[in-house]
Amino acid sequence: MTTRLELSPPPQHYLNWSYTARSWLLSTDHKRIGILYLLSITFFFFIGGAFAVLIRLELMTPAGDLVHSETYNRLFTAHGVIMIFFFLIPSIPAVLGNFLIPLMIGARDLAFPKLNLLSWYIFLAGAAFTMAAVFSGGVDTGWTFYAPYSSVYSNSAVMLTGIGVFITGFSSILTGLNFIVTIHTLRAPGLTWFRLPLFVWAHYATSLIMVLGTPVLAITVALLALERLFGVGVFDPRIGGDPILFQHLFWFYSHPAVYIMILPGMGVVSEIVACFSRKRVFGYSAIALASLAIAVLGFLVWGHHMFVSGQSAYASNIFSILSFLVAIPSAIKVFNWTATFYRGSIAYDTPMLYAFGFIGLFTMGGLTGLFLATLAVDVHVHDTYFIVAHFHYIMVGGMVMAYMGGLHFWWPKITGRMYPEGWAKFAALVIFIGFNLTFFPQFVLGYLGMPRRYHVYPDEFQVLNVMSSAGASILGVGYLIPMIYFVWSIRHAPVASSNPWRAAGLEWQTPSPPPADNFPETPVVETEAYPYSEMEVEVVDV
Amino acid sequence: MWENFPLFPEAASTAASRVDRLFFFILIVCAFFTLLIFTLVFTFAIRYRRRSPSERPRPISGSLRLEIVWSLVPLAIAMVIFAWGSRLYVALARPPAEALHIFVVGKQWMWKFQHIEGQREINELHVPVGKPVRLTMSSEDVIHSLFVPAFRVKTDVLPGRYTRMWFEATKPGTYHLFCAEYCGTSHSEMRGRVVVMEPARFQEWLGGGRAGESLEARGAQLFAQLGCASCHEPAPGARGPSLVGLFGKTVELQGGGSVTADETYLRESIVNPQAKIVSGFQPIMPTYAGQVSEEGLLQLVVYIMSLEEKAARK
Repeated sequence: MTTRLELSPPPQHYLNWSYTARSWLLSTDHKRIGILYLLSITFFFFIGGAFAVLIRLELMTPAGDLVHSETYNRLFTAHGVIMIFFFLIPSIPAVLGNFLIPLMIGARDLAFPKLNLLSWYIFLAGAAFTMAAVFSGGVDTGWTFYAPYSSVYSNSAVMLTGIGVFITGFSSILTGLNFIVTIHTLRAPGLTWFRLPLFVWAHYATSLIMVLGTPVLAITVALLALERLFGVGVFDPRIGGDPILFQHLFWFYSHPAVYIMILPGMGVVSEIVACFSRKRVFGYSAIALASLAIAVLGFLVWGHHMFVSGQSAYASNIFSILSFLVAIPSAIKVFNWTATFYRGSIAYDTPMLYAFGFIGLFTMGGLTGLFLATLAVDVHVHDTYFIVAHFHYIMVGGMVMAYMGGLHFWWPKITGRMYPEGWAKFAALVIFIGFNLTFFPQFVLGYLGMPRRYHVYPDEFQVLNVMSSAGASILGVGYLIPMIYFVWSIRHAPVASSNPWRAAGLEWQTPSPPPADNFPETPVVETEAYPYSEMEVEVVDV
Repeated sequence: MWENFPLFPEAASTAASRVDRLFFFILIVCAFFTLLIFTLVFTFAIRYRRRSPSERPRPISGSLRLEIVWSLVPLAIAMVIFAWGSRLYVALARPPAEALHIFVVGKQWMWKFQHIEGQREINELHVPVGKPVRLTMSSEDVIHSLFVPAFRVKTDVLPGRYTRMWFEATKPGTYHLFCAEYCGTSHSEMRGRVVVMEPARFQEWLGGGRAGESLEARGAQLFAQLGCASCHEPAPGARGPSLVGLFGKTVELQGGGSVTADETYLRESIVNPQAKIVSGFQPIMPTYAGQVSEEGLLQLVVYIMSLEEKAARK
């Protein structure tokens, strides 16, 4: 196969055909909607991050001297709710998935462009409710909303937040539905399932979870509202409810939601690893099927959040063994990425640095999951900082690393500009160091026994908390640097060619930025994914 | 800040060293795989770094044999960890029969402990060293979780039912006791200490101070005060089922089905008597919800349990 000659930036593309607000706010172009999502979730990322900064500042000292307990509880709740529902869940799917899936499969748009726009408005509507709750006094239940605290006892804006989460869920469902239909029906001629980029496979698996899991979250919030607003006994035992039922329902969505957050990241890493090793991904079908296995098994492990809840020992044993099983497909992926490097031609551009970071931190995050799947050990570390460290290794070390890698990788395609490579490498390094300094001490804190969601804590935990807070300040700077140079790059960075990485994949065969209708003519696919070894080597300086 | 800087928790119960052993085993597995992945990634990244932009690596599409190896080996290791964790969990779930019985009520934001002999304490739990201690716990309001890191034990404390946990302390000393389940504003101040004492000193402590009456005696008083005996008198033709020898038995229910008469069942039958009707009786018992405090309920349950003990002794 030969790559096309470099295509020069087109005079008219999806960004510049119109500059009116209307052309953006009523756009049904998946690329523009991707940008709308990018702007919204970046905003929420920095809001959620600001709450994290306040949390880490408070935890510098064992006493509760910066804010009151009431405030502290609102801070960690806001951090969790915003980061999970308004950043992590939409992050890669709604920004990169939205932008790239049609381009990767040779389509002109998603199957339902108007639904796509609607999903962004629904997302904003949900966010508006949640932000109103957060800034009108806040909510103090933790992002897990455990009943009966949330349904009866909390004197905070639980319902307003709940409504926000409820509404936002529908944006997730619509996005998932749109992706599923698009991947089924709009693939270019010749693009069979097993020729799809792994990014698309990962999003397919993610979409299945979004469509099947999110309604359960909506049901859970609705039941919570029934009890809180109308006193119908669902979760509070005093009025005939069962508090454990809430946990079952909540985790039935929220554990699979963890895979909503990580699977797309795995998709991004597969693309980057292939491109910067100049090799087809090792074990393509193993990785593709592992995504599906994770999506399916992910629905069967929710009870591992409840080993000390009073759940029956039989149930706990079954959930424990299933949790070990779901670790295997993740292990398969890590091994396959590693094997892809073997005899590759490895370049250290920024996206690849993030991919390395992802593989290392995801490996640590995944392996520390073994402690939590193990019944007797989980009893000790459950609800401690060990958990906090574990999921931040997956979510921030894994997901956010992949998201950053993906943003850098596709930035030239999205904006038509390069980013400053030196600054980008520096920022990646700062983020990696800051991340580990923030979260590694939390593993130690957790095994020592420091419970999560503690506003004040015993003195002997201070040194590790100070280390964590110091790391967080480095991490914060690390995230600000890309924010600055990305904005700068839009006007000032060198213009990108259509394929600066000499990458395979249909998205690179259209100009940067792509024209509004993506492809002048429908591409025809004749090869497997990642045909790097067969690609003509053309070195074009632009 | 630097003078007290532990990196590993004290191990002060029989469970602690067993949990730690498993912890270190998993840690070694994790360290091995982390090192393996890091070494491979670094080695490949350096060895196969791009030397010229015109490199064209030979395609390697995959290897079924390798896929099988790196699926089955981790699977086997995972199953070993599962089996070990599961065995330990089950072993640690069952309190020994001779365990000392202590009753716990959690509420926003304090822990209340009642010893069977009558001692009551708040946010402080005195236990003897070298003797298994069993806690029966309930909450007055939201979910709490009793966590003693030095013992490696933790169990949620729920409203409306009893959960139990047990431990055997191995070292006299004072240890943290935390609420681990977020329970509202002062969650992080819902903590206290476990004081582990030599058995002789513990006996002294139990006898001293404001010991008061035993739980059983308090339960008997409540039982009389509420007039429970008027229906539950163990006589033929009584309106309610006899409670003597009830604890631990299987109870046949109206409309089929049966239930084991454990603490949670007894508690439910007091606050929500209509939930489970004993076969052969009428659903005439009124609820006592709101009339008896959570501690009172525990005292009643202890009294009813003691009826079993007396029956067994005869």
